[in-house]
Amino acid sequence: MWTIGPLGFTAPWLLVALAALPILWLILRAVPPAPIRRRFPGVALLLGLEDRESQADRTPWWLMLIRVLAVAAVILGFAGPILNPREERAGSGPVLVLLDGTWADARDWPARMDWAEALLDEAGRNGRTAAVATLTAEPTGAPAFTDAAAAITGLPNLSPEPWQPTAEADAAWAEALEGVEGGFDTVWIADGLAREGREDLLRVLEDKGSVTVVQAPRRIFALRPPRWEEGAIVLSAIRTPTGPALEVPVAAVGTDPAGIERELATATLDFEAGSGEAEVALELPAELRNRVTRFELPGARSAAAVALTDDALRRREVGLVMGAGEREQLELLDPLHYLREALAPNADLVEGPLPDVLLANPDVIVLADVAQIPEGEAADLTEWVENGGLLLRFAGPRLAASDLARTEEDPLLPVRLRAGGRAVGGAMSWGEPKALAPFAEESPFFGLSIPPDVTVNAQVVAQPDPTLAERAVAQLQDGTPLVTRKALGAGQVVLFHVTANAEWSSLPLSGLFVSMMDRLAVSSGGAEPEAAELEGTVWVPEAALDAQGELVALDTQPGVPGERLAEGILGPDLRPGLYAGEDRRIAVNVVNDGTVLEPARWPDSVRVEGLEAARELPLKGALLALAMMLLLVDVLASLALSGRLRGPRAGVAAALAGLLLVGWPQPGAAQDAAPAAEEPEAEPVDEDFALAATEQVVLAHVLTGDPRVDEIAEAGLRGLSNTLWQRTAIEPAAPMGVDVETDELSFFPLLYWPVTAEMPIPSREAYEKLNRYLATGGMILFDTRDADLGGFGTATPEGQRLQAIARGLDVPALEPIPQDHVLTRTFYLLQEFPGRFNEPEIWVEASPPDAALAEGMPFRDLNDGVTPVVIGGNDWASAWAVDEGGAPLLRIGRGMAGEEQREFAHRFGVNLVMHVLTGNYKSDQVHVPALLERLGQ
Amino acid sequence: MSEAPARLRAEAEAQAAPLPPLMAEAQHLAATVILGEHGRRRAGMGANFWQYRPAQAGDDARMIDWRRSGRADTAFVQDKEWQTAQTVMVWVDRGRAMGFASTPQLPAKGHRARVLALACAILLVRGGERVGLGGQDGLPPRRGPMMLDRLAMALGTDQAEDYVAPDTTGMPARSRALFVSDFLGDPAPTLRAVAEAADRGIKGAMLQVLDPQEEAFPFEGRTIFESMGGTFRHETLKAGELRGRYLERLAERKARLRDLARATGWMFSTHHTDEAATGALLWLHTALERRA
Repeated sequence: MWTIGPLGFTAPWLLVALAALPILWLILRAVPPAPIRRRFPGVALLLGLEDRESQADRTPWWLMLIRVLAVAAVILGFAGPILNPREERAGSGPVLVLLDGTWADARDWPARMDWAEALLDEAGRNGRTAAVATLTAEPTGAPAFTDAAAAITGLPNLSPEPWQPTAEADAAWAEALEGVEGGFDTVWIADGLAREGREDLLRVLEDKGSVTVVQAPRRIFALRPPRWEEGAIVLSAIRTPTGPALEVPVAAVGTDPAGIERELATATLDFEAGSGEAEVALELPAELRNRVTRFELPGARSAAAVALTDDALRRREVGLVMGAGEREQLELLDPLHYLREALAPNADLVEGPLPDVLLANPDVIVLADVAQIPEGEAADLTEWVENGGLLLRFAGPRLAASDLARTEEDPLLPVRLRAGGRAVGGAMSWGEPKALAPFAEESPFFGLSIPPDVTVNAQVVAQPDPTLAERAVAQLQDGTPLVTRKALGAGQVVLFHVTANAEWSSLPLSGLFVSMMDRLAVSSGGAEPEAAELEGTVWVPEAALDAQGELVALDTQPGVPGERLAEGILGPDLRPGLYAGEDRRIAVNVVNDGTVLEPARWPDSVRVEGLEAARELPLKGALLALAMMLLLVDVLASLALSGRLRGPRAGVAAALAGLLLVGWPQPGAAQDAAPAAEEPEAEPVDEDFALAATEQVVLAHVLTGDPRVDEIAEAGLRGLSNTLWQRTAIEPAAPMGVDVETDELSFFPLLYWPVTAEMPIPSREAYEKLNRYLATGGMILFDTRDADLGGFGTATPEGQRLQAIARGLDVPALEPIPQDHVLTRTFYLLQEFPGRFNEPEIWVEASPPDAALAEGMPFRDLNDGVTPVVIGGNDWASAWAVDEGGAPLLRIGRGMAGEEQREFAHRFGVNLVMHVLTGNYKSDQVHVPALLERLGQ
Repeated sequence: MSEAPARLRAEAEAQAAPLPPLMAEAQHLAATVILGEHGRRRAGMGANFWQYRPAQAGDDARMIDWRRSGRADTAFVQDKEWQTAQTVMVWVDRGRAMGFASTPQLPAKGHRARVLALACAILLVRGGERVGLGGQDGLPPRRGPMMLDRLAMALGTDQAEDYVAPDTTGMPARSRALFVSDFLGDPAPTLRAVAEAADRGIKGAMLQVLDPQEEAFPFEGRTIFESMGGTFRHETLKAGELRGRYLERLAERKARLRDLARATGWMFSTHHTDEAATGALLWLHTALERRA
């Protein structure tokens, strides 16, 4: 390899041939172009004519230049030029290609793979053995150095992981690598982020041999988990290295009501110059906020650029319902006071009577001492619970006094209750107030510590039942159930056997109450779950983030203990993603509030290379293509010079030259351009169809699929076309049937659409086409052919079909045709529009409400716009229909009266087509007197 | 000897093969010109009525027009318009130079020349004239449609020379002549022939048929020009540079022919194969009609 600047040659000795170019120039200069033999009778006149210039007609210098350049390009091409040739790595012995394989690598992982492959290739060329490893994978002993080609085949198995290796993981690798016998050189394709533990590993590697680090000087972004701050979601992002001021978009992604994932909101993070962190507050309506599943930095393609949201962001809606009978009381005695205090920070509260609260469809409904629920409301409430609601009931004097669930279980109470309840530790009772027993393992409250000062003075008591033991989730020390619950449909009913205020127990005063609410998912904590809360719980991964930031659903992974979750250090056993607990979900994100991004620093002893400079570009192909192109130019130019480029050849040559010019700027782009060319441009319109439809005015009818109807429609339009031909300046060609799904509609001024009951509803694309057609001046005449549109067509199947079809159409407001509509006078003066039937009512676009009757004018001043639709049921096509010979096809009415009706049907058709083609010309005649006056007539 | 008649027949058929199309084309072309007899505008032998005149002694009794005589006391006879049959000798250049056509879309010069000559002959025969073919294997003038077939047959043959000059042998004195050629060959024999014909009182027309390429000389670069038969050859290094001088020579040749025509009372015109043949036919017709 011999290099000049960024250019290297694999066969530099071939360049010596360039010295021959001047000789070639001289030879080309000396040889005149070959003569052409021509038969030409005029030669008799030429005899004796001498050439004035005795010198041979020389090849012009530019043509020779083209030839010499072509030869030079060939020589250069075969000399094997390579742009940015990679420097050969010296050395022998095994090579270790080490990749970090973290989320920071994910964005340009293919480039890293290319780099690794190039390194392995080179090692293979030099006969070195090689091994590849990613640091995020756990080491399985010392890496085995194998043949480089074999190592390449293993490359596709490597993938980045959405975490960074911990110091322990790095230490494990250091240990594993230390175990390798003999030395090896290392190329470390690093992710560019600083982390602990790297130095030790580097030290081990340097002991073994030379270390080269490849790292892209790339900016890395990471998004921290969203915080809830004063009614807004605060998003913060960090970056490294810090740089100039930068605006980075951030998107909130979630499912829309149709269940399709989309960007629900976007915001912009403004990084100030030199600052590594940016924050933006995003205020979203509760409805939208609850739909957000994750925030992401679009385009970053890394797990760190995605922040999953869990229930922490979701504000649950809690309905609070108090027992009937508003009683005057102190606020502290209000049954709901403590609930409000406990829930308000983390949930949206709805208060009011039960029916109103049910309408709001909250996540939780709290019934504080409500005994009787009216029959209808109970049914609604039951349905709501069965659909997944959580009904939380508190006992109280009224519940204790009622006969609810005495003898048989109430669906809205988890257990049967004894009459009256019990009081312990009061002035009138024996015993001490009871404390709570530790929570059983299967209880949702398991693991909560019980403050010793929580006591219960009074409670309602559950009747002993076989199911009581499993329904009790909290008990007093004496074993009486304090909290019971049962599942009801998809939801559950929970009963606290005490009041929600401090009347019966001190539970609502304690922090335990809040924790219990939390565990019951009544309030989902805004804060990260405490380690203590997570203790003893098991969380099932529902979805995991991969290194690229894609969320992949999981259902086969084992549960993760809460302690591990609390630890928060990611690894193969704790992937970032969504973890589901009993009643809530926790998001484990790659980046947390404590994450710091810093660019990696390498000691001076290590050679650091960038990733970008890697691409070496062989120029041989391009140069040879250039030579070919020059030779082609030469051929054309020689032909042109010698006068042989005439007649049909000139056309071919022009085409070739055009091809050359187009292909010139990027000779290598042909492959890229090929798929683009295949992309459908607009909608390909059949040329014959287009020609037939546009060479003359063509009336068209929509094909319904019913052969008889289509036949009549065609015959009808044929009849109308004949009439137009005979009577007016419109000379239509034979009518055409169009399929709204496949045919282009814009060629036709008028579509006649006979509506049949079986007609399929047009597809979405067809609707788009129809709406475009209507919006750009087309007209559709809908004919239900049932003469029954007086009642607006609800009665007949055709009418219903028409409504179904028209639902997707962009039809303006309609009105029955007014007396002064321009359709009544575009050609004939008409007041009725009969077809085979003669129902008076046909519908057209409503005139503007402010249209006023001009003074002295018979018509209102309705100027602009042709009505896009005319809807009627008079079966016009049947009245217009003629056979091939031009004779009427169907009988209309009886005798001469019928013929008269047919005549009027034709007149209506003429008026209609005139209306479509001339617009509101007739309507404009309202202005004629004014115009004449202005002209001074 | 036994195969001679068969061979003769085959050759004749090969010869005749181009004739029906040639004939048809000529007929078609001739149909565009409607003409009457060559009326002499005076009384004489003829078929058309000219005037009534009183019968004179010597008029046959059967010549008396009784219808006219019935309205008067004297007998009248019909004078017919005097109609004479002219003799027109057609000469068409059948040399190889006439086989040139610059593009396949254009007819060869010779083809166009023959079609024009034959169409002209058709018109003349229809007009009652006698038509003959001058030059090598010529035909003596005759009248009637049979003559057309013979004429077409004779026109179907080619001559081996590159350039052929008009030939006046066998042309009756005071007849008329039509020369169709490209007149690109040596001009001396042409001059001699026309002068000779003029001496014998023969009037006529010369039609020069040229290919558009011969008028334009659109050549460039090093070129060897050969005549159609290959007998003449001219090599040039820059064909484009010759154009001006070639065109000069062509104009000079035309001027010379025109001068000759003026001096002898002939007519001269140039026709190009990319033009419609009808124009040339009309010109021929009027040229031969003139000063009848």
